[in-house]
Amino acid sequence: MRYSGFRVIAEALTGHKGWKPVWRDPAPQAEYDYIIIGGGGHGLATAYYLAKEFGQARIAVLEKGYLGGGNVGRNTTIIRSNYLLDGNEPFYEFSLKLWEGLEQDFNYNAMVSQRGIINLIHTDAQRDAATRRGNAMILNGADAELLSRDQVRAKYPWLNFDNSRFPIKGALMQRRGGTVRHDAVAWGYARGADMRGVDLIQNCEVTGMRIENGRIRGVETSRGFIGAKKVGVAVAGSSSKVMAHAGMRLPIESHVLQAFVSEGLKPLIDGVMTFGAGHFYVSQSDKGGLVFGGDIDGYNSYAQRGNLPVIEDVAEGGMALMPAIGRVRLLRTWGGIMDMSMDGSPIIDRTEIEGLYFNGGWCYGGFKATPASGWCFAHLLAKDAPHEKAKAYRFDRFLKGLMIDEKGQGATPNLH
Amino acid sequence: MIIHHPILGPRDAQEFVYLGDATLIDRPDGMNAGTEAFHDYAYNRDNPAGEHRELWYHEQGDRSWLVVTRNTVTHEITKVELARDVARAKGRSK
Repeated sequence: MRYSGFRVIAEALTGHKGWKPVWRDPAPQAEYDYIIIGGGGHGLATAYYLAKEFGQARIAVLEKGYLGGGNVGRNTTIIRSNYLLDGNEPFYEFSLKLWEGLEQDFNYNAMVSQRGIINLIHTDAQRDAATRRGNAMILNGADAELLSRDQVRAKYPWLNFDNSRFPIKGALMQRRGGTVRHDAVAWGYARGADMRGVDLIQNCEVTGMRIENGRIRGVETSRGFIGAKKVGVAVAGSSSKVMAHAGMRLPIESHVLQAFVSEGLKPLIDGVMTFGAGHFYVSQSDKGGLVFGGDIDGYNSYAQRGNLPVIEDVAEGGMALMPAIGRVRLLRTWGGIMDMSMDGSPIIDRTEIEGLYFNGGWCYGGFKATPASGWCFAHLLAKDAPHEKAKAYRFDRFLKGLMIDEKGQGATPNLH
Repeated sequence: MIIHHPILGPRDAQEFVYLGDATLIDRPDGMNAGTEAFHDYAYNRDNPAGEHRELWYHEQGDRSWLVVTRNTVTHEITKVELARDVARAKGRSK
């Protein structure tokens, strides 16, 4: 069923009796050409583009829980392409361009809202770094603007401009950045994939991999063995667990990242704002809640919930920047499991096992990458060659010294 | 989380800095082990869901390194040792 304004009117006039379930609930077949493990944003996008852009068929997505129940439904919904390094910026700009056409492409309202993102600047050195990053963005076809202190003040006069430690001196702005309704991204890709014949199999946990003579033959699951010619793994925080079935150790640690939403407020922030020096970023949802977050908790965790010290730290960051929110109550906090890589950048690569491919290491920046990650992973699966925009995201970059370390932290996943 | 320091007793985890998997104690000899072994040591991790032995540094305390055995699913801490003792038990004496 194609969605349109006319469809909504027609259904309204006929008592909304014509809406159908958005995807099927098929039982797994004995064998597929492609199995994607992980029914989150990246896995569903991969299946969607495999079917739509690369003309492949006999595809299944295996999800241990329900579609979109992991990080794609737990993030703070920000999209942007404001990276510095050559390995990253073209990829994220590709992703942002896909976001811009996504809703028309998969015929689903994902509420893509290019409301702009600003990164605050507090020192001359930070302004230099932001200028350099802005130039790198522009060189890669993205947009960037340096805002003066007065321009920031005109946008958000209620910020604490004269904080004695981090006075606001300006900002780097990307107007094309913004937010997206995150659940709708999973649902839109799932629907688009299902319409093209992809089997979305839920409550189907992968418990093993059948590998013969260095080649993948299929996966053992909680719903029995399923054969496959090629298997792609896109499971974010569970990457190490799933790849252990293939005997692989990854350059990844799983960490918990918390996110927060306040009670609903009147319009306060029209875009996204990051206060890197204070480990705090914030936007406002259409319902009025401030959606914000900060650092990961900092220790390995698979718990999908964090501890109180980070909540305090994030709240302090918020208060330092926006004293006006002092009486605002926190509505909810939650956590997701991040696949923190050793240089803070992702991996989209084949493995030493023929037919087994891996997509992970997104750290806490996977949501914005969803369309390009799916596209590039589908390219790798279908053509057995890395996509041009993702060619730097290889396993062997650590061995070769070709790390993509935006933050310059080295092999310390909890600091990226 | 409360870490029961073997010398100082129960301490708030906020006093500590986290480094990661306790296998980082077993650094291979860079001159002899070869690139692959050192790469594996520096970059690859088991990253288990469940019991995990990991290094914590008591930065805002006595500056000792601890090996904490903690469950990464429940955050329950079951054992805390001085990293010095762990290393010595492996035959390291320096």
